[in-house]
Amino acid sequence: MIHFVLLISRQGKVRLTKWYSPYSQKERSKVLRELSGLVISRGPKLCNFVEWRGLKVVYKRYASLYFCICNDQEDNELETLSIIHHYVETLDRYFGSVCELDLIFNFHKAYFILDEVLLAGMMQETSKRTTLRLIAAQEELVEAAKEEASSLSNIIAQATK
Amino acid sequence: MAMSGMRGLSVFISDIRNCQNKEQERLRVDKELGNIRTRFKNEKALTPYEKKKYVWKMLYIYMLGYDVDFGHMEAVSLISAPKYPEKQVGYIVTSSLLNENHDFLRLAINTVRNDIIGRNETFQCLALTMVGNIGGREFAESLAPDVQKLLLSSSCRPLVRKKAALCLLRLYRKNPDVVNVDGWADRMAQLLDERDLGVLTSSMSLLVALVSNQHEAYWSCLPKCVKTLERLARNQDIPQEYTYYGIPSPWLQVKTMRALQYFPTIEDPNTRRSLFEVLQRILMGTDVVKNVNKNNASHAVLFEALALVMHLDAEKEMMSQCVALLGKFIAVREPNIRYLGLENMTRMLMVTDVQDIIKRHQAQIITSLKDPDISIRRRALDLLYGMCDVTNAKDIVEELLQYLSTAEFAMREELSLKAAILAEKFAPDLSWYVDVILQLIDKAGDFVSDDIWFRVVQFVTNNEDLQPYAAAKAREYLDKPAIHETMVKVSAYLLGEFGHLLGRRPGCSPKELFNIIHEKLPTVSIPTISILLSTYAKILMHCQPPDLELQNQIWAIFKKYESSIEVEIQQRAVEYFALSRKGEALMDILAEMPKFPERQSALIKKAEDTEVDTAETSAIKLRAQQQSQTSNALVVTDQSQANGAPPHVGQLSLVKMPITSSNVDDISADQRLSQDNGTLNNIDSQQPSADLLGDLLGPLAIEGPPSSSGHPQASSNPGIEGTAVDATAIVPAGQDASSVQPIGNIAERFQALCVKDSGVLYEDPYIQIGIKAEWRAHQGHLVLFLGNKNTSPLIAVQALILPPIHLKMELSLVPDTIPPRAQVQCPLEIINLHPSRDVAVIDFSYKFGNDMVNVKLRLPAVLNKFLQPITISPEEFFPQWRSLPGPPLKLQEVVRGVRPLPLLEMANLFNSFHLIVCPGLDPNPNNIVASTTFYSESTRAMLCLARVETDPADRTQLRMTVASGDPTLTFELKEFIKEQLVSIPLASRVPPTQAAPMSPVAQPASAPSPAASDDPGALLAALL
Repeated sequence: MIHFVLLISRQGKVRLTKWYSPYSQKERSKVLRELSGLVISRGPKLCNFVEWRGLKVVYKRYASLYFCICNDQEDNELETLSIIHHYVETLDRYFGSVCELDLIFNFHKAYFILDEVLLAGMMQETSKRTTLRLIAAQEELVEAAKEEASSLSNIIAQATK
Repeated sequence: MAMSGMRGLSVFISDIRNCQNKEQERLRVDKELGNIRTRFKNEKALTPYEKKKYVWKMLYIYMLGYDVDFGHMEAVSLISAPKYPEKQVGYIVTSSLLNENHDFLRLAINTVRNDIIGRNETFQCLALTMVGNIGGREFAESLAPDVQKLLLSSSCRPLVRKKAALCLLRLYRKNPDVVNVDGWADRMAQLLDERDLGVLTSSMSLLVALVSNQHEAYWSCLPKCVKTLERLARNQDIPQEYTYYGIPSPWLQVKTMRALQYFPTIEDPNTRRSLFEVLQRILMGTDVVKNVNKNNASHAVLFEALALVMHLDAEKEMMSQCVALLGKFIAVREPNIRYLGLENMTRMLMVTDVQDIIKRHQAQIITSLKDPDISIRRRALDLLYGMCDVTNAKDIVEELLQYLSTAEFAMREELSLKAAILAEKFAPDLSWYVDVILQLIDKAGDFVSDDIWFRVVQFVTNNEDLQPYAAAKAREYLDKPAIHETMVKVSAYLLGEFGHLLGRRPGCSPKELFNIIHEKLPTVSIPTISILLSTYAKILMHCQPPDLELQNQIWAIFKKYESSIEVEIQQRAVEYFALSRKGEALMDILAEMPKFPERQSALIKKAEDTEVDTAETSAIKLRAQQQSQTSNALVVTDQSQANGAPPHVGQLSLVKMPITSSNVDDISADQRLSQDNGTLNNIDSQQPSADLLGDLLGPLAIEGPPSSSGHPQASSNPGIEGTAVDATAIVPAGQDASSVQPIGNIAERFQALCVKDSGVLYEDPYIQIGIKAEWRAHQGHLVLFLGNKNTSPLIAVQALILPPIHLKMELSLVPDTIPPRAQVQCPLEIINLHPSRDVAVIDFSYKFGNDMVNVKLRLPAVLNKFLQPITISPEEFFPQWRSLPGPPLKLQEVVRGVRPLPLLEMANLFNSFHLIVCPGLDPNPNNIVASTTFYSESTRAMLCLARVETDPADRTQLRMTVASGDPTLTFELKEFIKEQLVSIPLASRVPPTQAAPMSPVAQPASAPSPAASDDPGALLAALL
């Protein structure tokens, strides 16, 4: 299973973290420190796998961002690599050629989408279309609630005038 | 796309981005945290929108790596908001900020449950997602039935059901009982008929988890898996959106094949045939194309198919097809494929009879050992290690040695260990083995662990033919200008033992040997000096006829070190000096080391531990182990070894039991005792750990037990105390119910840990519990290392701390399951509230197979851990001593029945407990004055002074005065010192006939009388 997902920039800045195994705050920072050093320092023409503390980190660099997924030793590395790419493609389709800046200012969207792609450290939905449809539906719900709230506050505002 | 509506958040993120340096960023973050904190204080005034905004900010700050230690409650409380937007944020932020062990989560269980059983499917999705991502045991217990209902419901839409499937998987991992309901397997099979591929993918993941634990109930799922795989491979009826680069859901294909690997075999010929058709199609039909992503996906499927073929033990033809493919892969340029080729070839070694075909690729694999990518080099090393046998050992080991000079630090230790093991396992002749090890030490001394040179010493000692050769080789290395310290150790040891066999060879006279070894002395560390001293003693003995000049030279060295501040060295110097003046008698005492008992290689054991990191516990390997095929015999033999009484070199000592030292007296008495009693553990117990370090370094000291002066309590009275305690309650409680026996002596391990800060607390065939502690003033930070030694998980793991009232202890959560070969660390925080000698106990239990094991272990958080050494001058001492006039701050007691100890040893004993002896303060040389600082919350740092007046005519009694500024502390410390000096357990065990010379004359009033100590309860009370 997947133990965690990390998005780290080339400068070592963290853009997203998702933990499926229980790590304490202290352990989380330690993992981030260790892994960003390990992954960022690797040269360009090496394989996408790093063995780390009895687990395996599968990573891939997209422009300035490293997408890292840590899974068990015996998991299928290429399957995980494909999960990374599938997630990136989904983000790309959602934002329309996604860049790091999109993920910085809309980090919550990155979380929402990740929660539709992965669950319990496993692949949940492999269809980008389905994923994006669900995200769109969630956004509609939020919008609807906002309109309702503003119309309510209008009514209240008018009533108390 | 701006953050819709949340301007404050966007502004904050921009601010952070504009920070020029880390310091500015921190200031901005602190400001924001202050702001949020103030806002949260007045929660009622917050609109839901604001609350949402602040919670997002918190998550952002948290992600940047700052500690966010407040506001968790606000995030959790959003979960119960009635409207979707707030609820959504509450769920997602909670699941990012907290982990399953967090207390706040409990507060949310009810809300979460209401969302799950409610009718609102968007709420259901949110709740299932959070539980699936961070749900713990409690969630498993209270939510599993509801989640199951959703998964099986025909009225739920796929978006809910796929989440329910994975949520259930999480709950199953937390508590396997959640699917232990009748008919669950049938329902699982029905789930595989699912048409929606999202739900099917999730269900397949669930099935993989279930069958990996036990497959028997799920046979009915097997044909359905094969059908699914067929459907995917033929691309029948797969919606376009579920194909990825033209490949029908590669993820579902991989998962399906993974599930199939957990069934031991496929009986039904039709199913088997259809499966093989599909596999054949995958093996043959996967081409390398230009698009990297397509390649990755298609090869993910291909490698899984390879694994399945290996598992199913396909026909010879298909197998060689696999090896051929792998052979192709390890030579391609694409690094991922090369890596996986090597990895899978290693797996292949474990299951099938294809070694010979794999050997054809040896040259290619050796090339990969020089790859620029460390990941690939690791795989190559593993594969070479796995494929090594007598036929290619020489080639492979020589390659490894060559590579060692250029390998990076990260790999050197593993590399040298592997080379050493292969050399040992497959050596065509033993002299080659010696060559390899010496080369290893020469090339990578820093990375050659002690085990490696200990092992070579064992081999040489046990093989007479080898001795002159090894000595000559060692002598050659000493000629090199700069040699590693490990080389000094091993050469000195070998030349001390066997140097005389070199006879008249040039440069090998005793004097020359001595000179060349002695040249190294100024540059080596203390442990090595101890070895050198032993070597000198041996050289001196072998020097026949005696060379007076050499003798004087060596005696001068002994003399010099007689006043060494290192106890170990001092003791050796004194004793060797005294012994070497005995002339002829020396021959008896310093005779050659006896042969080591044949024992399992500690190296191989260690390799096994390293394998935890490198080897994979795939389905294939598990199966290989179930069938206990020979390729894994290493693991198997090891276990049986560990189960039986471990072979031991306890009796080994450099000196053939001289009757001079009282210490040795004790030991031989102990051994007599143990034989009388027929107790299994006693001889064993001289060596607290079965590791070689103790074995090899121990014998070099005169007394036998390792570094006896460091742990006088443990060594001069070994075993006895241990067994006495063992006889009481501190043994596995489940001993009757299960056959699990502890390895080594629990009580003795505890004793050893009382004077050192790391070591093994407990070990049995399944688990090893290690401890590492740091003590700072009145606080202690202890880490328990729970290591599963097996290839199956330990379950129902529980650790309960029973702290005495004076200690505040907090144990972090102990996982319920320890995975195969894994080690988990559980930190334990300790605060000492006030002085007391009571001892904390950990009640530890686990289950392995049908064995339920429960042990109660004393934790070495004892009084002396809160003492810190302090040396004080007479000017400080006497005013302090006088300012504490008498009881209750200053207590005096005449203690009888003291274990007779030479004064020096008593001083060492005190020092080992951080009671630092201040020589020269007391004019009477028979008295000891010591000082220390005690730390606890109630006393703070408190100076303690102690004076012990001994009677040189009768070492079994003394007068002790202890003083401090706190009455309880004075009393507890006095009792503590007394416990260390009085031999209570010894008295309780000595049979009446032998008791006279050894047992105390009379028991001190407060110590348990012999009668009382026969009663286990009373003895326990006294000890705890």
